[in-house]
Amino acid sequence: MPKIYLEKEDKILEVKELLVSDILKSLKINPTTVLITKNNELILDDVKLSKEDRISIIPVISGG
Amino acid sequence: MPCKFCSEKPVIQLPNSERKLCKSCFIKYFERKAIRTINKYKLIEENDHVVIAVSGGKDSLSLLHLLKKYCQKRNNKIKLSVLQIDEGIKDYRDISIEDTKKFCKSFGIKLHIASYEKETGKTLDKIKKQHKKTIACSMCGVLRRYLLNKYSRKLKATKLATGHNLDDEAQSIIMNQFRHNIALSARLGPITGVKKDPRFIPRIKPFYFLTEKEVATYAYLHNLISKFNECPYCEESNRFFIRDMLNDVEAKYPGTKHSIVASFIEVLPLLKKKYKNQEINSCRLCKEPTSSEICSACKVKEKIKS
Ligand code: SF4
Ligand SMILES: [Zn+2]
Ligand SMILES: [Zn+2]
Repeated sequence: MPKIYLEKEDKILEVKELLVSDILKSLKINPTTVLITKNNELILDDVKLSKEDRISIIPVISGG
Repeated sequence: MPCKFCSEKPVIQLPNSERKLCKSCFIKYFERKAIRTINKYKLIEENDHVVIAVSGGKDSLSLLHLLKKYCQKRNNKIKLSVLQIDEGIKDYRDISIEDTKKFCKSFGIKLHIASYEKETGKTLDKIKKQHKKTIACSMCGVLRRYLLNKYSRKLKATKLATGHNLDDEAQSIIMNQFRHNIALSARLGPITGVKKDPRFIPRIKPFYFLTEKEVATYAYLHNLISKFNECPYCEESNRFFIRDMLNDVEAKYPGTKHSIVASFIEVLPLLKKKYKNQEINSCRLCKEPTSSEICSACKVKEKIKS
């Protein structure tokens, strides 16, 4: 299952969805509020992951 | 699907559009859009001394990066300096100040720091400890605006540039609507200043028409995003409630934030006209410009004295 690193919470989750937009939906993350990277490269939410993939979710909104 | 213009892998789908752009096409698009804003609203002119307000976050570092490039292309006829406000927030601002120092050094730009502690005798941490019930942002925002203007004027700036993006502006517009604070809205826009006054340094916002996500993407592609770091007091602000609300609406109705700002730009000339005759006094205590007898910064200073 793909591994998701949440940068804000600093934790790693495993999800069953493969399509990035489905992952965001299931984590209740608004796509306009994050960047998504795979191997340090930005990817869009229409990307389909493979089971071994690991992606990071970086919030673009920061307080202060 | 590859970038609309080339066959490279896309890094972003533009907001409110089907367009997907690759890294180099996005950077071109982003810089063109910022420069179009600068030109259209005459944000920067030859021989300007632009002081950039830098917090160390993605918006202001991206602005620093872009303006440095912009000035180099114009044979450095524009002078750039950086001003950072040190609120005195442990484990937050001290980290971003280190980031800013690093960037200014690598960009070869002089960094000036103005601190709450020097101005009021107290750090924000200390102020907050003594005034637990007061929302930190309400005091902090006032002091920051005050210091940015005062110090950029001391540095003989002709413009004060901030990294405000389209999301920030949409939030301010809506906040002012919700609180019936239209006189404050008259001070928004890509360049501020209802009327010219040498005591007020005009503030310019080159990222006015770029969304937060676009700025974050630009920052990421230039390695300007540091580790996630959030002000410990930020949850208290009503702005963050409005921000989340607008992002929820945007997800459902893409283009909402652009529409809010576009509608606002249409009525802004009328607002500026309406408020143009407002007197600007000198604060009785500190002599800084204000529309009342005592400026809001001095009111905060009074409050936090004890
Ligand atoms: S979030 Fe509020 S308290 Fe924190 S730096 Fe910003 S204005 Fe100040
Ligand atoms: Zn391209
Ligand atoms: Zn005053």
